[in-house]
Amino acid sequence: MYLEFGTVLAFTILGIILLMVALWLQKLLAPSNPSKLKQSTYECGEEPEGSAWVQFNIRFYIIALVFLIFDVEVVFLFPWAVVFRELGWLAMVEMGIFLVILLVGLAYVWRKGDLDWVKLNMKNARGRYRRFAEDPNSNKNF
Amino acid sequence: MAEITFWLLALFTIASAVIVVTSRQLIYSAVALLFSFIGVAGLYIYLWADFIGVVQIMIYIGGITILILFGIMLTNKITSVRISHTSVQRRIAAGGLTVLLGLLITMIIKTPWYLVAASEPTQTVESIGKMLLIDYLLPFEVVSILLLGALIGAATLARRGR
Repeated sequence: MYLEFGTVLAFTILGIILLMVALWLQKLLAPSNPSKLKQSTYECGEEPEGSAWVQFNIRFYIIALVFLIFDVEVVFLFPWAVVFRELGWLAMVEMGIFLVILLVGLAYVWRKGDLDWVKLNMKNARGRYRRFAEDPNSNKNF
Repeated sequence: MAEITFWLLALFTIASAVIVVTSRQLIYSAVALLFSFIGVAGLYIYLWADFIGVVQIMIYIGGITILILFGIMLTNKITSVRISHTSVQRRIAAGGLTVLLGLLITMIIKTPWYLVAASEPTQTVESIGKMLLIDYLLPFEVVSILLLGALIGAATLARRGR
């Protein structure tokens, strides 16, 4: 076991060293001449407005929660997949029951509309997004 | 070689944990927590628990840390408030931690450790899979119901805010 994971560790350390060498080389070779315009955030050619720290849509949270539950489910799939060939149909039926119970949960959140996307809350829109706050119908193309 | 790896992993974990506690920016703390979890996963693998190590990476790094980051990014009025935290009540915390450290050291010294010279396993996932599907089938299926309950409960709580 140590040998296999030792390889993983070696590759991780090698990756970090390679990245550091690349960054160090560019620092060594590239001329450093920063200006205010150069250091501003690149936003597809537009002038950046406000901070990049905005409140994200609350819908991401519930999706993350659903993801976490199914993440735990996948953890149980790992040992099942390793012994599946050996145990055959017995393992298939057992995992089938396991998955069907969890699919009830997926059906529940789907039916309750937790997976639906909602329109953005434009009440606090600023900058070039302000027109969405004034005219909610222009939200359609967003 | 194994000793050096252990100390490197422990140092990596503790250094990241120190950044989690001392960082003034909440988002830096969350990212440092991720590295601390990676170190803990390495420690699990060091203890021949490769499955637990993978679970640590999948759930704690892939799930919990992302959830914490989402929690920070979803915080209301994140633009108007400087998201930072300050360390308060340092003295009380230092006192409590000293007591806890003393208790842990006493426990480590007083426990009669039995050293079993086991051979290094190639992998543990196969035996875990057999145990889950043959010996502990009912708990395995009950876990599914537990996850269902967690999913419905989380969805209900998250929905209440709207």
